[in-house]
Amino acid sequence: MTDPEWMAAIRALVGKDYGRVYGWDPVNVPMARQWAEIMGVDNPRYAEGKLVPPAMLQVWCMEGPTINHYPPGSTTENPYEALKLIEAHGYPSVVAVNSELEFDRYLAPGEKLYYTTRLDAISEEKSTALGTGFFITLSMTFFSQHAAGDEEVGRLLFRVFKFKPAHAAKPAMGTPVGPPKIKRPAPGISDDTRFFWDGAHAGKLMIQRCKACGTLRHPPGPCCPECYSFEWDALEASGRGTVYSFVVMHYPEVPPFDYPNPIGLIELEEGTRLVAQLVGVKPADVHIGMPVQVEFNQVDVGAPDGNDTIALPQFRPVVG
Amino acid sequence: MTTTSGIAGKVAIAGLGATEFSKNSGRTEIRLAMEATLAALADAGIEPGEVDGFCSYTIDKVPEYEIARLLGTQNVTFFSQIPHGGGAACAPVLQAAMAVATGVAKTVVVYRAMNERSWYRFGSGSYGFANTPTVENVNYGWYMPSGLHTPASWVAMFAQRYMYRYGATSEDFGRVAVAVRDFAATNPAAFFYQKPITLEDHQKSKWICEPLHLLDCCQESDGAVAMVVTSLERARDLRQKPVVVKGAAQGIYEGQQIMTSFYRDDITGLPEMGLVANQLWKQSGLTPADIQTAVIYDHFTPFVLLQLEEFGFVPRGEAKDFIRAGHHRRGGKLPLNPHGGQLGEAYIHGMNGVAEGVRQVRGSAVNQVADVEHVLVTAGTGVPTSGLILGVE
Repeated sequence: MTDPEWMAAIRALVGKDYGRVYGWDPVNVPMARQWAEIMGVDNPRYAEGKLVPPAMLQVWCMEGPTINHYPPGSTTENPYEALKLIEAHGYPSVVAVNSELEFDRYLAPGEKLYYTTRLDAISEEKSTALGTGFFITLSMTFFSQHAAGDEEVGRLLFRVFKFKPAHAAKPAMGTPVGPPKIKRPAPGISDDTRFFWDGAHAGKLMIQRCKACGTLRHPPGPCCPECYSFEWDALEASGRGTVYSFVVMHYPEVPPFDYPNPIGLIELEEGTRLVAQLVGVKPADVHIGMPVQVEFNQVDVGAPDGNDTIALPQFRPVVG
Repeated sequence: MTTTSGIAGKVAIAGLGATEFSKNSGRTEIRLAMEATLAALADAGIEPGEVDGFCSYTIDKVPEYEIARLLGTQNVTFFSQIPHGGGAACAPVLQAAMAVATGVAKTVVVYRAMNERSWYRFGSGSYGFANTPTVENVNYGWYMPSGLHTPASWVAMFAQRYMYRYGATSEDFGRVAVAVRDFAATNPAAFFYQKPITLEDHQKSKWICEPLHLLDCCQESDGAVAMVVTSLERARDLRQKPVVVKGAAQGIYEGQQIMTSFYRDDITGLPEMGLVANQLWKQSGLTPADIQTAVIYDHFTPFVLLQLEEFGFVPRGEAKDFIRAGHHRRGGKLPLNPHGGQLGEAYIHGMNGVAEGVRQVRGSAVNQVADVEHVLVTAGTGVPTSGLILGVE
C-alpha cells in the first residue's frame, strides 16, 4: 500500500534514538522473589535469592504503579511517540506481536540499570485479520551502570501492530484496545451429541436414551452399548444431582478461566454423570455428596474474532 | 516353568541405551533417538545394519524410517506404533516380542525420544482441539469448555473419589513422592539427583489441581531411551546378560476413555491395569510374592496406589497402609521406582522405567535391589495401558 501523505513526517523518525529510562530501584532480591512468585516460576534458586531471573530485565526499568512516572534523569521524550502520532490519524488499536529478549549474563543484586530506545522500522500499511495498520519495531538496549563505563547487558526487540480494527464497533479514537480476548475452547459437536448442546441452549439438560432398551447414557454415542441399537432419543433431566467427585483447578492459569476453578463430576438423579463447573460455592465448601442443581450460562467460545457462544451447564449447590 | 503365552520366556531385551535427561537437551529429537539407539546396539554388540524392526509410540515424533535410514538398514520387516501416550510405555516391548517370537523380525529397536519440556508441554491446558466432529474433539469437548483441561486435573477427579472411599490422604500420596525422590537423590542420571524432599515439602508445595500438589506431579523432560529386543536364544550369545520377557500385555477395559473414564460404576480402580495384571501373572506363572522390585508408572502419585491394588500386592483400599508402613521405600518389602521414577529421574513417558527394569534384572542399577529375579514394569494409567514382567533366565 502507498503511504498516506501524513506518514512521511512519522517515517522520518525511523532511526531516531530516545534517551535513557532509569530504573527506580537497583536489581534486588526481594523484587526478584516476588516476581517469581507472581509469575509462577518455582525455580528454587530464584526463591532463595541465589540468582535473579534474567527474564526480569525489562521489569527493573518499569515506571511502577503510577503511569509515566519515571525516575529523575530519565528522558522526557516518549519512546512510543510514533504510535501516538499514527493513532491520531485513526489507528486506535494496538497489539504486541513480537517481544524478543536477549540476555548477556545474569544480573547481580545492586546493579543499576537503564535502557535506551531506537525506533527501528515502520512497515508499509498492511491488512490483517485484525485490521489495517502499521507494524512498528522498537529496540531497547539495557545497560548496567559502572564507574569505569556502562556495560550492555541485554536487548529487547519489541514489535507492535498499530491498526484500525476490521470489525464493527470501532472504539472511539484514543481508546486503548488490548490484545484480542481469549475465549473458552469451543466443544467438538457431532451428529451424536448436538442434541445436548441444542438442549442446553433451550435451558434443558438432555440425556441420550436408547429407543430400543431405554438405557440412558452420557457421554452420548451413536449406538447403545447394551443392545447395539442405533435408534435413540433424549430425555430432559430434572437437573438435580449430587457431586460424585470434584477437583479445584489452580495451575496453570489458562485464560479466560477464573482461578481457583472448582469442577464437579455430577451424578444426576437419573443416574448418568457429567463434568461441569461448580458455581455459587467456595471451593473449600465443595464436598462429595453435595446436592446441586443445574443452571445454564452463556459463554463465549472459539476464535477471538468470532461471535460463537454456547450455553454451558453449570451446577450450583441446592440451598436448604 | 510352564507358560500359556506364545511369547513369554522366548524373547529378551539384549541392549539398552539412553541419553542424559534434562529440561533442555539442546539438540533435535531425531538426534536423541539416534544416540540412544546406537548406544543400545553397542551395548548389545549388534551391528546397526542388522536391525529389521522398530516399535515406538504414536505420540513420538521421530519416525522409524528416519532411524532406519540413518542406521543404513536394508530390510525392515516389522514396524508399529502404540497409541495413548504413556500407556504405550511397555507395549513396544510386547509388540517387538510378538514379532520376534513369530519370526516376523529378528532384531527390533524400541525407542522413545522427546524434547517434551523444551519443545512442547503436555500440561499446558491449551491443546488447540478444533470443533470438527472427530471422536477426540467431541470427547474433550465435554471437559475443555469447563477448564478441566490438564492430565493432572483428570487424575485428580479419580483421586478425590478414591480418598473419599478408602480414607487415603494427600500425605499418603506425598509418601510415594518422598520415597522415589529419595531414590532419585542417589541416582546421578536423575534430574533431582541429590535433591530429596520431605513430606512437609510435599504438603507445602503449591496446588496444581486439588487434591494434587505440585510434588504429586511428575517432571517434564527431554531425553531418549532405546532398547534392542531379540530372541532369548540369540541374546545368550550377545554382550549382556539376557533380560527375559516373562510377560507382556496391553489392556483396554469396559468404559475406557483417555484419562476421563469417569462414567464407570466405580472410579476408584484402574480396571485396564487389572486386565494387564491378570495377563502378566498368567503368562509368567508368577505371583506378587515373586516380584522383588517394581517400576510403577508415576506421572501422578495417586495412581501408584491404585496400581498396587490392581496387581494384588495389597487388597483394595489398603495401598495407603502399605505406603504408610514404608514397604515401597528404599530397603522396604517392595521398593518402587528405584531409579527415582518420573517424579525424580525423568519423564521419558515410561520408557526410562522399562530401562530401570532391565538394569535391575542385570544387577547393574545404581540403586540395585538385592537378589532381583523378577521386576514388574507398568505403563501410563488412566489410558489404555500396558505392562511387563522382566526376569533372569
